[in-house]
Amino acid sequence: MNLLNISGSPHVHSDESTKKIMWRVNLALVPALLVAITFFGINALLVSLISVASCVLFQWLIEKFILKQPTTIWDGSAIVTGLLLAFNVPATAQMLWIVVIGALVAIGIGKMSFGGLGKNPFNPALVGRVFLLISFPVQMTTWPKPGFTMSFDAATGATPLGAFKEGALPADVTLMDAFLGHIGGSMGEISAIAILLGAIYLLCRKIITWHIPVAFIGTAFVFSGILWLINPESYMDPVMTIFTGGIMLGACFMATDMVTSPMAKSGQLIFGFGCGLLTIVIRNWGAYPEGVSFAILIMNSVTPLLNRWCKPKRFAV
Amino acid sequence: MKTFRMGGVHPEENKISNDAAIEVMPVGKQMVVLMNQHLGAPATPIVQKGDKVKVGQLIGEAQTFMCANVHSPVSGTVLKIDTCKDAFGLAKPAVYITVEGDEWMETIDRTPDIKRECTLEPKEIVAKLKEMGIVGLGGATFPTHIKYSVPEGKKAEYLIINAAECEPYLTSDLRVMLEHAEEVCVGVSILRKALGVPNAYIGIESNKPQAIAKMQETAKQFEGIIIEPLKVKYPQGAEKQLINAITGRKVGSGKLPIDSGCVVSNVGSCFAVYEAIQKNKPLIENILTVTGKELPSQHNYIVRIGTTYNEIIAHSIGQLPETTGKVISGGTMMGKAVVNLEAPTVKGNSSILVMGEKEARRNPESNCIRCGKCMHACPMGLEPYLFSALVKNNRIEEAKEHNILDCIECGCCFFSCPANKPLTDEIRLGKNKVRAMMAAKK
Repeated sequence: MNLLNISGSPHVHSDESTKKIMWRVNLALVPALLVAITFFGINALLVSLISVASCVLFQWLIEKFILKQPTTIWDGSAIVTGLLLAFNVPATAQMLWIVVIGALVAIGIGKMSFGGLGKNPFNPALVGRVFLLISFPVQMTTWPKPGFTMSFDAATGATPLGAFKEGALPADVTLMDAFLGHIGGSMGEISAIAILLGAIYLLCRKIITWHIPVAFIGTAFVFSGILWLINPESYMDPVMTIFTGGIMLGACFMATDMVTSPMAKSGQLIFGFGCGLLTIVIRNWGAYPEGVSFAILIMNSVTPLLNRWCKPKRFAV
Repeated sequence: MKTFRMGGVHPEENKISNDAAIEVMPVGKQMVVLMNQHLGAPATPIVQKGDKVKVGQLIGEAQTFMCANVHSPVSGTVLKIDTCKDAFGLAKPAVYITVEGDEWMETIDRTPDIKRECTLEPKEIVAKLKEMGIVGLGGATFPTHIKYSVPEGKKAEYLIINAAECEPYLTSDLRVMLEHAEEVCVGVSILRKALGVPNAYIGIESNKPQAIAKMQETAKQFEGIIIEPLKVKYPQGAEKQLINAITGRKVGSGKLPIDSGCVVSNVGSCFAVYEAIQKNKPLIENILTVTGKELPSQHNYIVRIGTTYNEIIAHSIGQLPETTGKVISGGTMMGKAVVNLEAPTVKGNSSILVMGEKEARRNPESNCIRCGKCMHACPMGLEPYLFSALVKNNRIEEAKEHNILDCIECGCCFFSCPANKPLTDEIRLGKNKVRAMMAAKK
């Protein structure tokens, strides 16, 4: 040995890496995936597989042939996007090809056009999802009835939110159904318990903090509660509100996306508050029965501002 | 248990040289004594080629305010006065001495008895600290006499002794506390008297229970020495964080500890203070850890200042392992990588840490994923990711506005970054650019 290596301090690193974070997020999504397969059968499995595979493939193709840079598919972030996109569509046979378009939009426009992981201002899976919702309104709102089936042609029905928008909540939907996942909806959003399980894992791993989910769900609960107290006839009760639709999935997995949410804790609280408020506004007075995707995307656009306004508390003033 | 309030990380402790008792490093054939071994201007050599010197004789005099005396660590003949490259490759003025025998100054008390009584007045204590060339041994090598000359209009309320030793691997402070607890306590009492404060607080991280027990037992025999066990969290031993942990006070941006009524000294410095005041012994020795996971043995030494890194390595482990990646002076978090092993050690060197190739390797950098981990790890409440972007785009004015100069370079941001971005490097660069900009404006 003739020459010594030198570098600036520190000379050690924690074992944290982007790859570890992304794979842990994937692991946290597994319970919700299992519930989706249990209640929606083979279609749920196929939609997820196709969504993940096409996200990974598009990222690889874009990096190899357009950006001409080393591939980053092994960091697991394309799989997160693929899973979240699948979780945000109904598990029906016609989604099998539509979700490929969603993946192209999510990865191609939502993520890679900005420079890849870390540079995207909007949550890529939601960009893909909203693109599909606007382009394929019928297919994107044809919800399979929950119940395990190996058949591709499952019976369809309304989501609790859709039914409520049309008139009244179906009498057979109980809170327990919503908690376990025995309701209609996008495949990943139905079971609150599976989502919470994943969220607790992410909290323990310190990948997310409580600020965004609590602010999001808390605001939605309080705001819808006020409306319900004013008029229980035309507004859904707050408990049902937070357990149906995409609030749980959105608050725990989509709004907490590191890249597109603010960094300071105060900024995260404002971000979560905005998401909750906008969701209830869209649900009650918007054209769509569900507003989580739009709410998060709108708040994503505010994130750079929140990062600028909300500074961590300085030690030395 | 007390701790600082904000940020911090917990790197692997690796205190593998904990049980190695302090050994005496033999004196080599030639010594190179650098003239700036401290923060501030170099001392002026007052010996000439051919002069005979004794151990402890003044050879470099402090002629400016921010400066410290330098004494000969050996006896012999001055070979030349020249420059010498230090461990980081920078040429510094130095006195070369050919070693002959081991003849000490007659004034130095070399008996092993411990002298507790100190009859000097505070002003005399400070004057003697200056005479003996005492500097802070925690790393910054700030001349101690300046620290204990409290400026007009300011008042010291707390004396805090830093024995946190929060850096991974380092064990020299631990060994000093275990083997010289009484001397340390006498040193602390002297500093307490110099400042005129009622109590001195010794902060020790709780991963050193043996040191806490030993110091608590010894401190009982002294007045006004309080042992504060601290939570194991890096950077517990950073000056501002330690003050925050023990007193709850915060030292403001660009302010000194004395502005918050605190004076902080390292525990190793207290031992040096004891020897200087009670034994008339100038600062000519360091206590230094030689450690590393791939070394055959772990050591703590008392080393004459001016011994080269190579001599220490040769005596302790023979030679560096084949797989050596880096040699670091200090700990893994804030230590500096050594360029030149021919260089002499200086006051304040606390370790020679040998890291294997694998341990020393940096992982490849990837995109920032804006996770905010750097921000939450920062003990100063700063935004390292933002500095990184601002410095890269040469937006120096904005970096200054976001308090880049408050950064203490503890390395928590880089340590915790999942994308392996060299944030601390970029911030160091940014701080230098900000300082250059401010200097240009003046």
